[in-house]
Amino acid sequence: MTVRKNQATLSADEKRRFVNALLELKRSGRYDTFVTTHNAFIMSDTDNGDRVGHRSPSFLPWHRRFLIEFEQALQSVDPTVNLPYWDWTADRTSRSSLWAPDFLGGTGRARDGQVLDGPFARSGNRWTITVRVDGRDYLRRDLGAGGRQLPTRAEVDSVLAMETYDTAPWNSSSDGFRNHLEGWRGVNLHNRVHVWVGGQMGTGVSPNDPVFWLHHAFVDKLWADWQARHPRSTYLPAAGTANVVDLRDTMRPWNDVTPADMLDHTRHYTFDTAA
Amino acid sequence: MSNITRRRALGVAAAGAAGAAAGLALAGSSVADAPRPAAPAAGPAPFDEVYQGRRITGGPAHGGGHHGGHHGGGYSVTIDGAELHVMQNADGTWISVINHYEPVATPKALARAAVRELQGAPLVPLTLT
Repeated sequence: MTVRKNQATLSADEKRRFVNALLELKRSGRYDTFVTTHNAFIMSDTDNGDRVGHRSPSFLPWHRRFLIEFEQALQSVDPTVNLPYWDWTADRTSRSSLWAPDFLGGTGRARDGQVLDGPFARSGNRWTITVRVDGRDYLRRDLGAGGRQLPTRAEVDSVLAMETYDTAPWNSSSDGFRNHLEGWRGVNLHNRVHVWVGGQMGTGVSPNDPVFWLHHAFVDKLWADWQARHPRSTYLPAAGTANVVDLRDTMRPWNDVTPADMLDHTRHYTFDTAA
Repeated sequence: MSNITRRRALGVAAAGAAGAAAGLALAGSSVADAPRPAAPAAGPAPFDEVYQGRRITGGPAHGGGHHGGHHGGGYSVTIDGAELHVMQNADGTWISVINHYEPVATPKALARAAVRELQGAPLVPLTLT
C-alpha cells in the first residue's frame, strides 16, 4: 500500500531511491511526457473556454489523477517509492533539508538561475531540460526571490475553513475552497508556491522541477484535509455545466476517470498522518 | 499526448477565444491610421518598445494563421519577434507561459516580466515531441 510521507521525515535510503527513480524516468523519456501533458493543459485551460487541469473545479481531481499516474511510473522503476509531500508551511526556507544536495539540490546561482548542486544539476548530465519555452536547458530556481514568503499555517487554515468546494463561474474568479487553494483569489496558496520556487516552476513547464510533485502532493493532501473537516461538503458543480468538468463527467486526457472517482484518495494511497 | 503539436494543444480553446477576439481586435489602438473603435476601448493598448535591450511588442493578433489559437482574447505579444503565449484572466489580469502563476495588470507588464525572467535567453517554440 502506498503511504505518502512528509519529505522532511524521509530516510537517506528513501531519498536515494526516490531520486534514482526520477532519474531513470528522465533517462527513459517517460518523465518529459508528463511535462508535455501539463503544459498542454496549462496553455489550453481558459477562464471562458474549456478548462480541465487548472482554473476550474477539476484542478484538484485532475492533479490527483496526474500524480497517481506519475507515482505509478516511479513504482514501475522501484516499487518501494512513494510520492513524498512538501508541507511548505513548515519547511519554509531555502535551508530546509528538501533543498540539500542529497535530495533536490538548492537554489540557482545569481547570474543565470542555474541549480549547481544535487542530482538535478545540469552538470551531472542527467537532467537536461528538453520540454522548454526558452533556450535554457538547465534547471533553474530562485528560492524566495525578492523576499517572497511561503504561505503560513494560519493562511492554510483560513482556506481549509471554507465550506463550499467551488462556485460559479467555476474559474479563476470564483469564490470557495478550490480557487483559494489554487491561489487566483485571496491569500494565494498553490500559485504562490510556484512563484516562490521560481525558475521553471514559475512557468507552464513547471514539472521540469521535481519539486512540482512534492508541492502538488501537499496540495492534494490539503484537499483530503478539507474533506475531513467538511464531511457534508462535496465536489461541485454536480451536472450540466458548460466548459467545466461536472462531478460525473470524464476528464481529459484519460477520458475514463471522473472527479467522483477521485474523491476518495484512500483507494489509491494514504498519508503518514490521518487526514 | 506524446505527439501533440503546439497548435493542437492550443486549438482546444480556439473557438472560445474567437468570440472575445472580435471584441478586442478593434479596441485600444493608439496608432493614427488604425480604425477607431465605435465602442469604448475594451482591450489593452498596443506597445512597441525596447526593454532591457530586447524588443517587445503587443497588439491585436492578426486573423488566422498561427494566432488562431490564442487565449489572449486576440492579443499577441512578441519578444524579439518570437511569440510569447499569453492569456487573460477573468478579472482582466494577464499571465504568460513564462510567468504562469503570477498575474500582472497589462500585457506590457507581462512582456517586461518575461524579459527579466529570460535573462537574455531566446524565447523558443515549444518542443513538444
